[in-house]
Amino acid sequence: MTPQETVERALALPGADDRVVIVDEGSSANLRFAGNTLTTNGVARSSQLTVISIAGAGVGVVSRAAVRPDQLADVVAAADAAARDAQPSEDARPLVDGFAQADWSAPAEPTSIEVFAAFAPALGEAFATAESSGRRLYGFAEHLVNSVFVGTSGGLRRRYDQPTGRLELNAKSPDMSRSAWAGVATKDFTDVDVAALDDTLAKRLDWAKRRIDLPAGRYETILPPTAVSDLMIYLYWSAGARDAADGRTVFAKPGGGTRVGEQLSGTPIRLFSDPRHPGVECVDFAVAHASGREQSVFDNGLPLDQTNWISGGTLANLIQTRHSAELTGLATTPQIDNLIMESPTGAGTLEDMIAATERGLLLTCLWYIREVDPQSLLLTGLTRDGVYLVENGEVVGEVNNFRFNESPVDLLGRLTQVGASEQTLPREWNDYFTRAVMPPVRVPDFNMSTVSQAN
Amino acid sequence: MRQIDPDFLALPLRRLADAALARARELGAEYAAFRVERVRAETLRLFDAKLEGSIDADDLGFAVRVVKNGTWGFAAGIALTPEAAAAVAEQAVQVAEVSAPINREPVELAPEPVYSDVTWVSAYAVDPFDVPLRDKVALLGEWSGGLLGQVDHVSASLMQVKEQKFYADSVGTVTTQQRVRVHPQLTAMKSDGERFDDMRTLAPPAGRGYEYLTGTGWDFPAELTALPALLAEKLAAPSVQSGRYDLVVDPSNLWLTIHESIGHATELDRALGYEAAYAGTSFATFDQLGELTYGSKIMNVTGDRTAEHGLATVGWDDEGVRAQSFDIVTDGTLTGYQLDRRMALLTGFGRSNGCAFADSPGHPPIQRMANVSLRPAEAGPSTDELIAGVENGIYVLGDKSWSIDMQRYNFQFTGQRFFKIVNGALAGQLRDVAYQATTTDFWRSMDAVGGPQTYVLGGAFNCGKGQPGQVAPVSHGCPSARFRNVRILNTVQEGGK
Repeated sequence: MTPQETVERALALPGADDRVVIVDEGSSANLRFAGNTLTTNGVARSSQLTVISIAGAGVGVVSRAAVRPDQLADVVAAADAAARDAQPSEDARPLVDGFAQADWSAPAEPTSIEVFAAFAPALGEAFATAESSGRRLYGFAEHLVNSVFVGTSGGLRRRYDQPTGRLELNAKSPDMSRSAWAGVATKDFTDVDVAALDDTLAKRLDWAKRRIDLPAGRYETILPPTAVSDLMIYLYWSAGARDAADGRTVFAKPGGGTRVGEQLSGTPIRLFSDPRHPGVECVDFAVAHASGREQSVFDNGLPLDQTNWISGGTLANLIQTRHSAELTGLATTPQIDNLIMESPTGAGTLEDMIAATERGLLLTCLWYIREVDPQSLLLTGLTRDGVYLVENGEVVGEVNNFRFNESPVDLLGRLTQVGASEQTLPREWNDYFTRAVMPPVRVPDFNMSTVSQAN
Repeated sequence: MRQIDPDFLALPLRRLADAALARARELGAEYAAFRVERVRAETLRLFDAKLEGSIDADDLGFAVRVVKNGTWGFAAGIALTPEAAAAVAEQAVQVAEVSAPINREPVELAPEPVYSDVTWVSAYAVDPFDVPLRDKVALLGEWSGGLLGQVDHVSASLMQVKEQKFYADSVGTVTTQQRVRVHPQLTAMKSDGERFDDMRTLAPPAGRGYEYLTGTGWDFPAELTALPALLAEKLAAPSVQSGRYDLVVDPSNLWLTIHESIGHATELDRALGYEAAYAGTSFATFDQLGELTYGSKIMNVTGDRTAEHGLATVGWDDEGVRAQSFDIVTDGTLTGYQLDRRMALLTGFGRSNGCAFADSPGHPPIQRMANVSLRPAEAGPSTDELIAGVENGIYVLGDKSWSIDMQRYNFQFTGQRFFKIVNGALAGQLRDVAYQATTTDFWRSMDAVGGPQTYVLGGAFNCGKGQPGQVAPVSHGCPSARFRNVRILNTVQEGGK
């Protein structure tokens, strides 16, 4: 039974007033390595049927894996029964208007271990080079293809095929005292140059041969695109309109309402999502397997368009469902699976910013980022895999790691330089979020709260 | 004692295993393991006593893991037929062959007795999936409604999981297991017009059934009755003055500190560097086994996969190893690690202590955390007696924010409630508190451990590790404990305000 047939059969069964049926077909292949050798690997397939039944304003959601044709009616019946038994849902709205996508009937094309056919030998050569040069390589390569099919009793038929690839490459000295990291997002691994990444890491391990201990304090700091992405993704995840309207987040206006329209940064930065942005294309309609604070099952299939979250430094939109948009009186702007930050005045590479630095820190990436205070969006976390001291435009050595305490919202108001944006792989959040385009930025007074002894 | 659900046993478990293991043998695998797994999870969320969303989902599939010419190969499938099982076994062998050129460490496994056809079911009375959704919504709605009027908003959630596993390997071990866990949570929110704050229930997740919500193992009505006044006091509380304080840490907070600074730090895969690029390594390196002074002399930590109602408790692990209990820190010294079969042989332990776990049919087993727990002092003090020994300090309850570095040295935690201690007595709540320390400094500063009467089994459903990412449930038991001269931050000042 194809995913499309599953959708049609589930919708055709009698029972509920309305139904939304989602089929997620997934395939994955991965290689993991440590100390210049493979550690684990695998390929996997998945198939998940989610039936969302609507009875009046009641909703029932049942989701099952690997459903056989003879089990389909039972899954639908269970969802129908749950809907009849449910309280009315506050987010109940008419289903999204019917829309039949032209390529609806095309088969889902899975990935396989063959996606690494050229990459795996190149990785093996990198292991040999690293071994002979006194480096140890650690990391992970993964390729996923997820095809989602959404059908509704209102006639909507939409699908999206999402390839997602990532490579994390971490080089360490044999005594593990020096560490450097690089990560790339890719659609198919044909564009991944392992040798070039390894060269970059070798250079950074050389930088780290001179060790400089610095105390905690506030430092002028250059954050590379990956570090900026991890902070901005957390900001984005915290931008739910309902939580803001209820007073729970940094985007709540004291006394009630939201901060939409408020200037957050003197730099005219733009933070936005766009399902059609080159290189980070993603699903262009809403998919919600269950309702929650930032998504509604009734919005399934809603078209997604370019959406500004921050525009010209001003908070422009929050993550909305149609329901929360009505509650807040703001535009319907659902969450989108990519994030782009840029500045109209942004220019220059990371190397240009290093060259323009009299004295400051250059970070590689951030790690173990957690929220300390939702009201200010104060986050804590660690620097990782290389903090470098820059003096007179050059890296002069490696500094100890730090624990930071900073709010990304507050940081936006303190930026002194924004570079040119480029696609990057978030170090912390790439398990969940890989499609990011970010600039390097300079902050004059990044709060390094304490020293971490970790290498 | 509950039995394994008949509908899981009705799956063609043995036929699939036979087909997969036979095919792996035919293709030259020197070892093969087959696993069928079904994980059913239902989550419901209410806001202000109204259902916001719910989903009842399962994950069902099977996996084959082989060793071929000393290299791992793993593949997972979803069609529960012997033909598909054999095909996935072929894929696993193919993955091993593709991977062989980049493998320099031949895989060998520590020996383990054969357990032929054994079963295990966790300790629970009422299967939460037998309780109608409307009853669960009604109970959470009733609890939420009891708070509304005293607070501005209430969010409530209930997570329920049933995990069923069938395992068979080429050596002859066959295990079938089922376990259940639940996690109810309520958060009350209130604003005074200028400030907004919230407070969550301290009830931990438990390896229990629905009876946990109806009076067995936790007194929810009593906790909820106290919540509004505690939140009002917190909202009006003064901001903490940063500095150094003595701490008395309640089990509702200390479990997470144990998890991060002991549990993860004593995973042998981290200590050996296998997690170096992701979760990180450990300051507790293997060469320090038996030597490292982890904490004060009164610190004794065990790992176990046997504690009743523990979230990491099983009968056998996902490599067919019998669940055990073992020492990790003894009288303050590092004395053990958490192991799987490969690392146990590699490092001379001889036998795994049963810490292999896969979170789903689509993932291979990796070394995951046992229930890592701090032992209480026999006839030790009560929490009040611990507080009585503090002149100027803070009593910490409930977990909230947590972060620790990639070698488990430097950590920072917040909590749900912080009470100032003045001359041995509580003196009202404080706001904006975080404690920050280096792991060994913190545990060496522990000068008193509470008695068994203060012991609580805390934990979490969602400990993350590995690539591809896997989540594991784990419990941590601990008494209240006292720590001297710990650095306290004011989180508002940390934010530059």
